[in-house]
Amino acid sequence: MQDLGRLGFSEDQATLLDVATSFCSAKSPISKVRRLIEDETGHDPDIWREIVELGWLGIAIPEEYGGAGLQLAEVVPVMEQMGRYLLAGPFLSATLAAQAILAGATEDQKRTLLPKLAEGQIATLALCEASDDWDLVNIACTAQSTASGTLRLSGEKRLVCDAGSATTLIASVMHEGRPALVLVDRSSLGPKALRRETIIDETRRAWSVTLDGVEVATDAMLDPARAQAALRHIHLSANLLQSAEMCGGTQAVIDYTLDYLKTRVQFGQLIGAYQALKHPTVDAYVGYEQARSHLYSAAHCFGEQGVGEIATRMAKAQADAAMSFAADRAIQFHGGFGFTYDCDAQLYRRRAIWHASQFGDAAYHKAKLADLLL
Amino acid sequence: MTEFDPQDLKAYAEAADAWFKEHVNPDPGFLLPLTFMEVGTDQQFHFLRDWQNKVFEAGYLGAAWPKAYGGGGMHPAFQAEATKAMRRNGSPIFLNAIGLNWTGPLLLDMGTEAQRTKYIKGILSAEDIWCQGFSEPENGSDLGNAQTKAVRAGEHYVVNGSKIWTTLGKYARYMILLARTRTDTSRKYDGLTFFLAPMKIEGVETRPIKKLTGEHGFTQTFFRDAQIPADEIVGVEGGGWKVAMRTLEFERGARGGQAGGYVAVGSNAWDVLELAKKMNRGGKPALEDASVRARMVDFMIEIQSNALCAQRTGFGPLNTDRPTGLALSSKLMNTEFARRINEFAISLTGPSGAYYVGDKNAVDGGWWTRSYLNSFSATIGGGTSQIQRNIVGEHVLGLPKS
Ligand SMILES: Cc1cc2nc3c(=O)[nH]c(=O)nc-3n(C[C@H](O)[C@H](O)[C@H](O)COP(=O)(O)OP(=O)(O)OC[C@H]3O[C@@H](n4cnc5c(N)ncnc54)[C@H](O)[C@@H]3O)c2cc1C
Repeated sequence: MQDLGRLGFSEDQATLLDVATSFCSAKSPISKVRRLIEDETGHDPDIWREIVELGWLGIAIPEEYGGAGLQLAEVVPVMEQMGRYLLAGPFLSATLAAQAILAGATEDQKRTLLPKLAEGQIATLALCEASDDWDLVNIACTAQSTASGTLRLSGEKRLVCDAGSATTLIASVMHEGRPALVLVDRSSLGPKALRRETIIDETRRAWSVTLDGVEVATDAMLDPARAQAALRHIHLSANLLQSAEMCGGTQAVIDYTLDYLKTRVQFGQLIGAYQALKHPTVDAYVGYEQARSHLYSAAHCFGEQGVGEIATRMAKAQADAAMSFAADRAIQFHGGFGFTYDCDAQLYRRRAIWHASQFGDAAYHKAKLADLLL
Repeated sequence: MTEFDPQDLKAYAEAADAWFKEHVNPDPGFLLPLTFMEVGTDQQFHFLRDWQNKVFEAGYLGAAWPKAYGGGGMHPAFQAEATKAMRRNGSPIFLNAIGLNWTGPLLLDMGTEAQRTKYIKGILSAEDIWCQGFSEPENGSDLGNAQTKAVRAGEHYVVNGSKIWTTLGKYARYMILLARTRTDTSRKYDGLTFFLAPMKIEGVETRPIKKLTGEHGFTQTFFRDAQIPADEIVGVEGGGWKVAMRTLEFERGARGGQAGGYVAVGSNAWDVLELAKKMNRGGKPALEDASVRARMVDFMIEIQSNALCAQRTGFGPLNTDRPTGLALSSKLMNTEFARRINEFAISLTGPSGAYYVGDKNAVDGGWWTRSYLNSFSATIGGGTSQIQRNIVGEHVLGLPKS
């Protein structure tokens, strides 16, 4: 019988879960979420500063590079509560960028960059392309060495989150026929290089980025020998943290639906008394609890060879299934109001679609699991 | 709870493992029941009763129950190790489930000193088999409406009426019985009383009922002026509903304190994986079929979901929002999973899915069809899945009553 992972929960996780719950609920009421949807930047810089001061950007950065020296497991409860309260901002982007550097950069690059990221400088990943492939090593953008000793980039990246507020982009490219990661200063990009995209999850910001004509110094390339491993690490880290954000969102959309089921009356009775609504809501709730168990198992086992990958893919597959179902039913169970922009159900349904589209949906991860397990 | 020396635990676990390795008889020469609800022949009954007795005498059942009443007086971690050793070594199921898992913990929780002294040891040793008289022909899910009457007459209650689906009814010496002592209460629940009723007395008669598998396992139980001693009540007269609800918490695994061991064996995803490897689809192993692979992975995720949710009940900070949620949904999760995975397994067996237990061509001796049919015992018995959804909806999520 194969080891599929197991649960564990640290003191630090418990503390962070507590703090993050209070912080996110206080800082991100739904009125604020709605206001930030209309905002060009999409997040509140003051809240970002508070998050930096709480040390959350450095949770999973080793102490020698200015972080707290914990693991991604400790980032999970924070991400979960951000997802629950739809707290907007570049936290996920910045955390994943730091992971990319940890897994893929040279020692010098780590010493220069990680302390800045721990202090809140925003970096983000530029991985997606027009090919629509979840396989991160399938890359069309290129970096070519020039006679003057620089790297000339070409190609277009898509769905680059928070590129508008980031200082640094980490782009995947092909270099001499192999995948590589390069650091790109956003200030080196021309005014036309960035286009804000219209995306399904309006609480996020994503951009298309044209790399054509951009030149960077040779030492902007992360360690080429570790690029593949870094991309793999990014893929799994992203899925772990997305699962966390989705679990939080699933909990919230179920609570939101329950409020309606307990107040809306039709045919002389509260609609929550109808089993056609009650029973699927229970199924959504059970799916959520299962997803959350997978999430904390994946967090706990993340660093373990083999098991970490299995647990993480299961977590994402279950989170996708749970959130999609819960949010889909949330729209339906709100009736005509559910069809409106004012009803919050759409915020969660849109977010579930976003998360499924990034780094693999349930079907994709199950196909990977089939190869790992069967 | 007293602390213990990890060395002692390790030694106990090793001894248990060795004991079960030596004593488990993997093939008694006849079909063994998959669950305590399927004990249908005298041969099965005597074999399983002797087995439970032997395990108890060896110190591997009730290890954590108080010594004063016949238990082992040890920390629950010891019983957990013994139970693991049983599983590892393929022990048969323990038939006295209603004693071990619900009456026993109930008496330790709410019973009187005299009741504990009288009943606990016999539950563990299997000398006293227990059954449960809750459901009636006209009142199943609506248990609170039970109509079997118990009327006080001197030192006795006189019982009339009928219970049904009485698992082990034929073999039981005692029944936990929910009966109506008053009909004039404003709430139907307040007229109920919870009895520890003798079965082998005048006026109690059982009639076997054949199950959908073709085997026997439960009875209809008739009471005609049967006399139950007046002191055989748990709680107080008229307080039976509360006791019955507590009993159901033990039964559904929503509350701990059971004697240990296990009362059912089921199919797991790895057994089904082996089946998918050996069955054929279009000249190739079924496992190479894309749709089979997809469903197989779904089941693996789900079996892991259920295992992790069980583990998570032990992590307080991860259960703050709805503290009873996992416990109250576990029956629904696990029993519906079992039904669906068995159904899937039958489809894997292709044309041979038509064979049943007893035919030499049946795949794995007909295990999958039999398991599937038996899986309904758990999605119906102990409160149906629909009722479980009502419970979770109302008690965990706070939805209005249906
Ligand atoms: C193998 C087995 C062993 C059993 N052993 C015992 C035993 O030892 N002792 C004992 O007392 N009982 C036992 N039972 C009985 C069991 O508890 C009942 O069968 C069960 O509670 C359902 O009651 P019922 O059969 O009267 O069905 P009903 O209550 O008539 O239900 C019929 C259908 O209606 C649905 N339904 C009923 N009410 C509602 C509602 N409010 N909302 C939605 N759906 C509803 C049910 O889910 C079911 O699908 C056993 C049952 C089985 C199958």
